[in-house]
Amino acid sequence: MMSSGTVTVQLDKPYETFKLESEPPMTAEVTRDELLGYYSLMYRMRRMEISADTLYKAKHVKGFCHLYDGQEAICVGMEAGATWGDSVITSYRDHAWQLSRGDTVTGVLCELLGKQGGCAKGKGGSMHMYKADANFYGGNGIVGSQAPLGAGIAFAHKFAGDGCCSFALYGDGAANQGQLFEALNMAALLQLPLVYVCENNQYGMGTSKKRSSANDDYYTRGGYVPGIKCDGMNVLSVRECTKFLKKHAVEVGPIVVEFDTYRYHGHSMSDPGITYRNRDEVSQVRAARDPVDRAKRYCIDTELVTEAEIKEIDKEVKAEVAAAVEAAKAAPPPEQSELWTDVHVGQSKDFFMRGPDISTSSGVYGTNR
Amino acid sequence: TQMTVRDALNGAMREEMQRDENIFVMGEEVAQYQGAYKITKGLLEEFGSKRVVDTPITEAGFTGICTGAAYAGLRPICEFMTFNFSMQAIDHVINSAAKMYYMSGAQIKVPIVFRGPNGAAAGVGAQHSQCFAAWYAHCPGLKVIAPYSAEDARGLLKAAIRDDNPVVFLENEILYGMSFDIGPEVLDKDFTVPIGECKIERAGSDVTLVSYSRGVHTCLQAAEELAKMGVEAEVINLRSVRPLDRLTIIESVKKTNRLVTVEEGWPACGIGAELGACIYESEAFDYLDAPVERVTGADIPMPYASNLEIDALPQINNIITGVQKVCYRL
Repeated sequence: MMSSGTVTVQLDKPYETFKLESEPPMTAEVTRDELLGYYSLMYRMRRMEISADTLYKAKHVKGFCHLYDGQEAICVGMEAGATWGDSVITSYRDHAWQLSRGDTVTGVLCELLGKQGGCAKGKGGSMHMYKADANFYGGNGIVGSQAPLGAGIAFAHKFAGDGCCSFALYGDGAANQGQLFEALNMAALLQLPLVYVCENNQYGMGTSKKRSSANDDYYTRGGYVPGIKCDGMNVLSVRECTKFLKKHAVEVGPIVVEFDTYRYHGHSMSDPGITYRNRDEVSQVRAARDPVDRAKRYCIDTELVTEAEIKEIDKEVKAEVAAAVEAAKAAPPPEQSELWTDVHVGQSKDFFMRGPDISTSSGVYGTNR
Repeated sequence: TQMTVRDALNGAMREEMQRDENIFVMGEEVAQYQGAYKITKGLLEEFGSKRVVDTPITEAGFTGICTGAAYAGLRPICEFMTFNFSMQAIDHVINSAAKMYYMSGAQIKVPIVFRGPNGAAAGVGAQHSQCFAAWYAHCPGLKVIAPYSAEDARGLLKAAIRDDNPVVFLENEILYGMSFDIGPEVLDKDFTVPIGECKIERAGSDVTLVSYSRGVHTCLQAAEELAKMGVEAEVINLRSVRPLDRLTIIESVKKTNRLVTVEEGWPACGIGAELGACIYESEAFDYLDAPVERVTGADIPMPYASNLEIDALPQINNIITGVQKVCYRL
């Protein structure tokens, strides 16, 4: 350990680059506080998603529910390498991002359960979480739509000249959407501070990358845009890579990153996740590459954190998530009147909206504002 | 004073861009080419390439980019060279723009205007001649405007740009070059026309004609012919297709006891169908002396040949026939 409290650690896997003359360092400097922060946030995400699974199976969650366990190092590593001034927009697999951008576990679970106290007042659900005050533009239910939207947010950063960038995340499945290429072309022409983040978790729903993508080196698919492939299971690799990506995006223009990762759950809760891959594959990844475990080993191996401290964090996080589950279950559903609010900015109380039968309509017939 | 619809739109954008530097225009050929229909003429010169942005031919891409920029606080004017091409991007108009404010629990506003020519032009065939008013008017979260005159174009475009909601602004290529009388108040920099209110273009006592965009022009011409036949038609210009000013239409029908709707779009699930529902769901139903009559575009893809095209679109004689029917003169 150095006197400043920082240690330098070696990263495990080399980067692969495309049309780049430099690359992020293969080492990372970390402090005890940083490591503790990364580990505890990743573990909180893991526990939150496991509890979401339980809540879903107990029928507390309706509809869609896509879990992030296995991919935590990407979210936490990116947050460590960027700031909240930088914008993030992602797919429907958005719970962890909502948490990392400043919401609470209770807040995330309230939205998931359709309760008051959710970030969208229970009107968004699993796929529609947002933290606009921290530049998180959400969960997008339409696969690939977040790519041009993210480029538009990058346009706004450049327009404002604020020195920040926009991260648009998508999976290996969405990587084949045409609108990604439309927006990347424009981002390159306009030199927008945009980072395309391909979270390659190997499967787009039940279709493996080999079956969906003629070129599954996603970091090369920008063609005229440089790219980099990075270990998405190592929070420190992701952090170092993200610093590099942001610098490139702001100073040069768009760049594509492929984070090599894995999702433990099926695509969504309706997918057991074992018809197109086998249990061995999942358990091998868990044993060899688990991102939460990797962060824990950095804590222990650097001797910055003790096993006992880790156990203490685990205990606290488990208690926090358990309390959040109870709080979300106990939270009231939205007021019935919420059905009619926020269709338009500035709509009056009397603004007329038709109900299923006309007697259940809202507002005053004929009122248009 | 007279003003063309083209100049009205151009002036409205220019003045609004002068007023608020977060407004920008993006679309195909809007900058260097000065606009495919010259609606953005001179804007590049005045505001530069930061705020007047040419795009490649890539509707899904630039519509998504405009919408994302609106999330992040800018005020985009997204031009479709024609609304026919907006189908390439309709997912962003509906799913990314219209629903966002509600879906995000009021966290994210989307102050954007999607504008461009809509409906049938002349002799451009099936893929370039269709009206999207009913498509977009179907969707909550959007405001949908279809101006007719220069006053409408200027006042409603300014209102749309100032609105914090996504607005679909349906222009008409054939109206672009048409000149209209305007009052001095229309030239005021802050002249706006409220969204959601229609305008009675011609008062009448015997039948109500309701239309929007170019259809209003046809209705006014039909009203002149009808007057010669002793029928005084009241002509209502919808201006906004969503939200719909039901009250003005209902009041008019209560006075005239007869309604003929006129639109260039297809009949099925069209604006006329909605106007009919608006009457039979209100007390105006009891005032009707005849069933509501619809005059619409023919229920076919638009043909190219001139003689066929004429038969596919509402003409003066179709409106007169509809009026004669509700007046029991046939």
